[in-house]
Amino acid sequence: MELNGAEILIDCLQKEGVDHVFGYPGGAVLHIYDAIEAQDKITHVLVRHEQGAAHGADGYARASGKPGVVLVTSGPGITNAVTGIATAHMDSIPMVVISGQVPSPLIGMDAFQEVDATGITRSCVKHNFLVRDISEIASTVKKAFHIATTGRPGPVVIDIPKDITIEKMEQEEYPESIEIRSYKPTTKPSNRQIRKAAELILKSKKPIIYAGGGCVIGNASEKLREFTRMLEFPITQTLMGLGAYPMTDKQSLGMLGMHGTYEANMAMHGSDCVVAIGARFDDRITGNLEKFCPTAKFIHIDIDPSQISKNVVADIPIVGQTKQVLKALIDELEDKNYENISKWWKQIEDWRKVDSLAYSKSPGVIKPQSVIEALYEVTEGKAIVTSDVGQHQMWAAQYYPFDEPRQWINSGGLGTMGFGLPAAMGAKLAMPEKDIACVTGEGSIQMMLQELSTMLQYDTPVKIINLNNGYLGMVRQWQEFFYEKRYAMSYMDALPDFIKLSESYGHMGIKIEKEEDLKPALIEAFSQKDRTVFLDILTDPSENVFPMIPAGGAHCDMLLAGRDEMVSKDETDFNAV
Amino acid sequence: MRHIISVILEDEAGALSRVAGLFTQRGFNIESLTVAQTNDPTLSRMTIVSSGSERVLEQIVKQLNKLIEVVKVSDLTSQDHVERELMLAKISSTMKEGVDLKELVEIFGCKVVDVKDKIYTIEVSGKTKKINAFLDAIEPSNIIEISRTGVTGISRGKKLI
Repeated sequence: MELNGAEILIDCLQKEGVDHVFGYPGGAVLHIYDAIEAQDKITHVLVRHEQGAAHGADGYARASGKPGVVLVTSGPGITNAVTGIATAHMDSIPMVVISGQVPSPLIGMDAFQEVDATGITRSCVKHNFLVRDISEIASTVKKAFHIATTGRPGPVVIDIPKDITIEKMEQEEYPESIEIRSYKPTTKPSNRQIRKAAELILKSKKPIIYAGGGCVIGNASEKLREFTRMLEFPITQTLMGLGAYPMTDKQSLGMLGMHGTYEANMAMHGSDCVVAIGARFDDRITGNLEKFCPTAKFIHIDIDPSQISKNVVADIPIVGQTKQVLKALIDELEDKNYENISKWWKQIEDWRKVDSLAYSKSPGVIKPQSVIEALYEVTEGKAIVTSDVGQHQMWAAQYYPFDEPRQWINSGGLGTMGFGLPAAMGAKLAMPEKDIACVTGEGSIQMMLQELSTMLQYDTPVKIINLNNGYLGMVRQWQEFFYEKRYAMSYMDALPDFIKLSESYGHMGIKIEKEEDLKPALIEAFSQKDRTVFLDILTDPSENVFPMIPAGGAHCDMLLAGRDEMVSKDETDFNAV
Repeated sequence: MRHIISVILEDEAGALSRVAGLFTQRGFNIESLTVAQTNDPTLSRMTIVSSGSERVLEQIVKQLNKLIEVVKVSDLTSQDHVERELMLAKISSTMKEGVDLKELVEIFGCKVVDVKDKIYTIEVSGKTKKINAFLDAIEPSNIIEISRTGVTGISRGKKLI
């Protein structure tokens, strides 16, 4: 049967098992939209801005583990999507973005709505393609999904000129699998490295497991639990790894890094063996590299060789899928005699007693931390929580202990404000039976507000927890600490009435000004199973995120809440344990 | 330290810009870059001269390997290898006293390949050092224009990239 390029493309997407496409039509993709309209296997979600499409597909991918699919037009369509593509790239999220391009003869002629899509996206994708012939469509789609979902996942852009979607050809069979000779990611670890790692693990007296997003994306959560429990080691998780290991478990020390817990950071600082699993030693984790983990040897497990020894030199590098590597390590270490680390645990328990997440409540104001705690209580810790970027993101990470992977969805790498709402929409489409909460602030939410309209159209009820303190809180916090309280542009004047605003979009809005109204309002919101509810919560504008490692500090140099001076623990005798 | 990196990659549109883009994106230094098809018409071979510490070099090799179109990367500097560069230099024939151009051509084993408007075009090939030495021997005001290919290199004997 003869099909046009657009029909072939949609047929390929169906055969890839795609059920949702997030997109926005335009001139260059009209034939593709015509082909979408003619079928009913794929649901197209019409966003209100292409950035929302990319974040929506991203949220869908993070919640489900399946690749997110985006469809945008040429020119502004693809440039608007770039922020969302870069967000997915930094967090290794599988995504396929199809962008229309001006007809082939017009490429390079500065045609209407023409941009060099492959050029613009080159540095923020795993790979991209410009399709030059209708016969390449099927193999390109196959390659794109293969590249996006294997190895270290990431976004892949397919740019398709309009004329190619119009042309016709005899339909060919969609390839079941594809070989790319220049792309063969390592999955299984080397036995030699596994043995070396096991040796170091067995010898260590002050070990710590440092688990990152690679444990979530690599579906290694189960193996991580088995590994951690078998060794009885303490475990800390990065912002991207939260939930890979249950955070309510006694072996969990919580999050590490700039706003990590005291016990997690101190344990990193004092450790003699750091087992890094699917983590990349980001600057928000390490702080000052010179002072980072001064006594530790590093075992670094990652699927991407370029992450190993990039920031911190690994003593034992292991390249492979986190799941496969953990399985191999479990097999190697089973029934072995480990060092007794009870002294190390005792030291950790002492650090834990510092209770670094304690905060003081004051009458008359709602503390943002208590909002997250109430959210945790009302949702029984089972909601999928998405967040935007800033103070609220850190509070959500600190005060909502996630027990399951893919429960916590945030833009960790790129730190994209505006991510939370469309991501919540995507997550709801992927997991319709789950409660979804979008923790945001009055700054972030205004970057993607228009998606409230999409959420009504596609019936994706989520609960928006707007921590409204009238400030770009994280900016304000830095200005307070490091710019002598000169609050340049961090105050948000002329905020909209979020209640009326959400009502005008057809949703429900509740304003909360008093602590005692908080829980009843949350209960009410979550009882509205089929409605999006916007909870505008006025929180303490002066609250800061603690603990905090200031720039240039080591893990032992932490600012804690309610203490005027930095708690420098240099005097702690790490060698005593 | 100076390194010569050989890269075998798919001969596809955009592959070159991906490599060049990677170097600017990650702040890697690039001294020269040459690229042409190999005896397998689906593959290109690129030779990059870069400098940096061992750790930077390790990152360069790993990041190059990560590009989907890259088939193989090898640091030639650490191996027994041959390297060459070619230069075409236009030299004014009205050279000042002291240096005889023909004598220089003989000493450096290069060739005069063209003459027009009293300007000689000389072809010099060899290691970068030799080409630099040739240029050093000529009064700068007599050098009208030069064009260099940048270094290309290959390992010796049975060893392949």
